[in-house]
Amino acid sequence: MSRNIESAKDIYVVAEQRDGKVAKVTHELLGEAKLLAADLGEKVVAVVIGANVQDQAQEMLEYGADEVVVVEDERLEEYITEPYTKALVQMIQEFDPNIVLFGATSIGRDLAPRIAARVHTGLTADCTHLDIDMQKYFDFLKATSTADCAAIERKLGMDDKTLKMTRPAFGGNVMATIRCAEHRPQMATVRPGVMKLADKEVGKQGKVTVMKPELDAADFNVEIVEIAKEDKKATDITESKVLVSGGRGIGSKEFYSELQKVADLLGGDISSSRANVDAGWIAKDRQVGQTGKTVRPDLYMACGISGAIQHIAGMEGSEYIIAINKNDSAPIFEVADLGIVGDVKVIIPKLYEALGKYKEEHEI
Amino acid sequence: MKIVVCIKQVPDTNEVKLDPVTNRLIRDGVPSIINHDDKSAIEKALQIRESLNDGSTVTIVCMGPPQADVALREALAMGADDAYLLSAREFGGSDTCATAIIISTALKRIGYDLVLTGRQAIDGDTAQVGPQIAENLHVPQVSYAEEVEVDGEKREVLVKRQYEDRYHMIKVQLPCLLTALQELAEPRYMHAGGIIDAYNKDITVWGFDDLKDGLNPDDIGLMGSPTRVVTSFGKMAKGAGTVLDLPADDAVKAIIDKLEERHLI
Repeated sequence: MSRNIESAKDIYVVAEQRDGKVAKVTHELLGEAKLLAADLGEKVVAVVIGANVQDQAQEMLEYGADEVVVVEDERLEEYITEPYTKALVQMIQEFDPNIVLFGATSIGRDLAPRIAARVHTGLTADCTHLDIDMQKYFDFLKATSTADCAAIERKLGMDDKTLKMTRPAFGGNVMATIRCAEHRPQMATVRPGVMKLADKEVGKQGKVTVMKPELDAADFNVEIVEIAKEDKKATDITESKVLVSGGRGIGSKEFYSELQKVADLLGGDISSSRANVDAGWIAKDRQVGQTGKTVRPDLYMACGISGAIQHIAGMEGSEYIIAINKNDSAPIFEVADLGIVGDVKVIIPKLYEALGKYKEEHEI
Repeated sequence: MKIVVCIKQVPDTNEVKLDPVTNRLIRDGVPSIINHDDKSAIEKALQIRESLNDGSTVTIVCMGPPQADVALREALAMGADDAYLLSAREFGGSDTCATAIIISTALKRIGYDLVLTGRQAIDGDTAQVGPQIAENLHVPQVSYAEEVEVDGEKREVLVKRQYEDRYHMIKVQLPCLLTALQELAEPRYMHAGGIIDAYNKDITVWGFDDLKDGLNPDDIGLMGSPTRVVTSFGKMAKGAGTVLDLPADDAVKAIIDKLEERHLI
């Protein structure tokens, strides 16, 4: 039941909500979809699904949707795979989207594959970059990768308008771009935290369509017997997106609480060089390096770490590295994208203050 | 009860590198292992069999090249009862959608009450094949399983299903499919007797002809896959960064500017 390529139109973003609150990744997807839709000359349609979710439609419009489809049924209050799948497959059949985007969350990654299999189309998981326009795609490749753009141009031409979905594989060692050229909709789950929010347009208007999915009692084929919120699990620094890491230069065990405050503002965790672990300032599971853990966060902030080769081996794969060190010839500066010569004990408290101020001014 | 575990043989990704000239994966000399989540699924299946103690069996299914035989032998050495290798030229290049079609076709022929897969494989990280097998089999799925309890008499499974900030306890009737988190069970080691048994047991190898009654050749392999890889590439080597020696307030401003530029705040 693959769908027609010519008739399929518009970029649909499946919104995710928990306890009535829209997930941030949904806002990010709307921002990204808006950019893609401009290159495509199509619209952005947000799909909100759940029980009593109509009042979320306005929020979708303000974050970048041109239109909203509300898929509503009181039995859809909690996420269950089958009824959500069935309802969204009905949505796809009725509205015939060109592209459908989901957050790569524990809901999106459960739901999207099942939908893709049912409509028999392609799905690309965990995307970190999306392109329609070939020139923009090449600009991205040229700035960040070793990819052979000329070979891709010979293959696709410059007028290709399919969705180019780029994602990491093999633990981030390799990137790949994937297309779904012959099936519609083109589907992707997108990693939270990578796409940029669009400016919020307060009071924006747009068409809102309510769709009542046809669901049977038999579709509710699992029973949720208990729901429990969990405290944050023990931190695994290899999973952290941001690490604020302390070395000998922080001077005392107590200074880790200053690093923790900065890490909290950045949505990250604290880690350490080996010396401080050996000194008993911090637990062994926070140690980065050859005898500790290898980390690849989006941001690694090395504070008072000189950068012994064993430490660098554990963090040089980080996406962006900021190093702060008093000694301007510290080896850490050789791997840092941004090096700051200075005393961490002075800079970190000031950074905390500046970040707090920035957040206050920019938080929506 | 027939418990079937679907596994994948994967390269140890910490050792995978890209050839800087050809942009191809260097696989030579990279050890292959059973995917971590899948191994937890095998362990859980063995534990369920042991706790039911009613003649239930554990069957392992793996799609892959002939060398994936090693992964199946390892699963047999852990204590699985029998093993199937799905291997054919026609299967090569399959994306998750096509892979799930092939595996679910095999599962229909093998039979199953409970299907376990790992949540995701460390090479592709897609987490898609498990749910897509469940879809093709028309059975419910519960993914991200952290704890599993099976009631053999009621033919009912209680699953602790993990989310980012919560868990659901989910009750589901057999037949169903669960995708295992690595936390689901700590895999046992192979034991000497098991290893000898493993090499005395036969692994059933199925090619395209064995499954062709249920398979449309247009839906499998590279040509039958809805998604295709346009290109794979390595990240560009980093150029030298900037080192600034500024008064503290200016340095902090430089950090904030960079964080903003990189969308880190």
